[in-house]
Amino acid sequence: MYKITVGMATCGISAGAEKVYKSIETLIKDKKDVKLAITGCMGMCYKEPLVEIFDGKTTYLYGDIDEKKVQQIFESHIQNNTPIDELIVLKDYKTGPEQEFTERQYKIVLRNCGLIDPDSIEEYEARDGYKAIRKVITSMTPDEVIDVIIKSGLRGRGGAGFLTGQKWKFARASVSDQKYVICNADEGDPGAFMDRSVLEGDPHSVIEGMMICGYAIGATQGYIYCRAEYPLAVKRLKKAIKLLEEKGYLGDNLFGSNFSFRIKLKEGAGAFVCGEETALMASIEGKRGTPRPRPPYPAVKGLWGKPTNINNVETFANVPWIILNGWEKFASMGTEKSKGTKVFAIAGKAVRTGLVEVPMGITIRDIVFNVCGGIKDGKKFKAVQIGGPSGGCIPESLADTQIDYEQITKTGAIMGSGGLVIMDETTCMVEMARFFLNFTQLESCGKCTSCRIGTLRMLEILERIVDGKGEDKDIEKLEELGEFIKKTSQCGLGQTAPNPVLTTIKYFRDEYEAHIKEKRCPAHSCGALVKFIIIPEKCTGCMVCARQCPVNCIIGEKKKPHVIDQSRCTRCGKCFTVCNFDAILKD
Amino acid sequence: MHMPIESKFFDKETIEDTLNDPSQVIPLLQIVQEKNGYIPEKAIEEISEITGVSISNIFSVITFYKQFRLRPPGKYIIRVCDGTACHVNNARMLLDILNDELKLEGTDTTEDGLFTVMPVACLGCCSLAPVIMVNEDTHGKLTPQKLRKIIKDYQRKGKENH
Repeated sequence: MYKITVGMATCGISAGAEKVYKSIETLIKDKKDVKLAITGCMGMCYKEPLVEIFDGKTTYLYGDIDEKKVQQIFESHIQNNTPIDELIVLKDYKTGPEQEFTERQYKIVLRNCGLIDPDSIEEYEARDGYKAIRKVITSMTPDEVIDVIIKSGLRGRGGAGFLTGQKWKFARASVSDQKYVICNADEGDPGAFMDRSVLEGDPHSVIEGMMICGYAIGATQGYIYCRAEYPLAVKRLKKAIKLLEEKGYLGDNLFGSNFSFRIKLKEGAGAFVCGEETALMASIEGKRGTPRPRPPYPAVKGLWGKPTNINNVETFANVPWIILNGWEKFASMGTEKSKGTKVFAIAGKAVRTGLVEVPMGITIRDIVFNVCGGIKDGKKFKAVQIGGPSGGCIPESLADTQIDYEQITKTGAIMGSGGLVIMDETTCMVEMARFFLNFTQLESCGKCTSCRIGTLRMLEILERIVDGKGEDKDIEKLEELGEFIKKTSQCGLGQTAPNPVLTTIKYFRDEYEAHIKEKRCPAHSCGALVKFIIIPEKCTGCMVCARQCPVNCIIGEKKKPHVIDQSRCTRCGKCFTVCNFDAILKD
Repeated sequence: MHMPIESKFFDKETIEDTLNDPSQVIPLLQIVQEKNGYIPEKAIEEISEITGVSISNIFSVITFYKQFRLRPPGKYIIRVCDGTACHVNNARMLLDILNDELKLEGTDTTEDGLFTVMPVACLGCCSLAPVIMVNEDTHGKLTPQKLRKIIKDYQRKGKENH
């Protein structure tokens, strides 16, 4: 008897998991003793597509699978009971070539991701699903629930880190005929996909967390505001809600009590600022998603003017675990003020990238070098960008900083929602700051002048610096504008937008200066500041680059190595992109 | 206010469910966008009649959110991921190549209506960076050469079906 499971989250599917699934389906058609199933994100994005085989005793996780390897595995493992060792990445989730990736992880939020079929209530229930909501309804008062969440020390995982239980307490204290629970699933940071993976891999844990919140604050209606760019998450949430309604887990008088709770799914329409809670509520109401001043806070006056509690996906997914395992266990993990675990979406230049859940208090160095296996291609670790466009850079010299809200804030970055980009010596910090600012500039809703125009002015300065046209005093202007925008913007977007620029200036001022004063990019990354050189050994003399060069500065005869006339080169980079033989070097 | 007797865009049930409900503007726009690939003028008028929200307000909602388009898109929509992971892996170069090869000068759609190029924040397959999506198909770990071949393949396919 075998059970074969294919990881079918967005990352798996885009790496080819659907084809893998179909070919397994065809192969096992006549085999009654083989069961085929799907699951969500297993975290190892760098080894997708992933296929797991369980023989009743041991689980074998195969990575980097394609249709050809499926055939091999089928013949050897399924038909002849001989696992193919060199394709296995992990055995029993513990041992194997990739064990370093899992050793330091502790899974609370991702407890079911990659283990259960996200479309199955039964599989969720088999792993203690919907036990926590039954427990609170039958044996706890709303105040007791809030007390447990406060004692656990759980803080909002959306970025700001407000104490979750305290937020619930405020919402409970508001008196109203109608209250709302909103799950903020508008994950918009470029490079962050923690919430998507949870929604795709384990939607029920989030829904159960919302139900518990509803019971605690006295709300009967929930909304999930999900980013429209996450079609698979939307599909799985819709299905989960429908199944729960049919089963009587959402609706009136749940689990034999007088507690009623319903959930509606709202799809966002592509606006980053809607991750801000007051903008999000405006969007649910059908309006432009622009933030409004607080107070009044949503706990007093939220959706349609009624008391509302908003938490992020990861926060809600923690709640059922805390109820079942006790606040003591949750609070035993982490640092003095940051408890439990944090999920990070790791991208960039590390050997292993993907989704990880680590205990709070782990150092950045530990994440980069142990969990992620260090830097690719033997390059040097330079910095991490934490918290996406609202966050900042933490340089190698501060790599012993612990994952803890206060410690990270001290560096000038913020915990943020959990995007972690690992950068090596070839990443230009000025260009990185430009990238994030370009993003926030485009996403500024336009309400506050300082954010709307201030970020544009900052972007113009950064653009001229990377173009080699930086001027004296540009760094000071960026600092002045940045501080001003932070102080005078109304919502989190503007208040944090300058962070990537300010932190890179703080830690990599020399790189800015090299761009401005020496017209040099130390990372050899900024096109306008590098030299393009043809490597004679690699050049075949195909003439493609010479023909494409807009200023005809590439000289050479057919079938003989070409040369770039540096005095006329405009550094447009065209030759670099057209060369079919990797013969052009950026220096 | 009168009910649109024969709606081009919505069935009877949808109209009944959303009648006089301003909070339904975005879901209704999403239905139109999904079916047509953009929001035609006529649809704005209908949504205004159904929800009671003024045309100018609906227009302000459309232009606020990136999901909505006011012009028809090309046959192949190329989404170029410019998320962080793709960015550090040279996604900007892909965009330059597309603009160059498809001769897009300041517009997002080619003259023959075959391609629309859109930079997007994150397609969520960071391990395959840099990535583009052509309609529903993801193409990852791209190099300039691979990208050029993909464009040529779609150009050929598009012309054959013409």
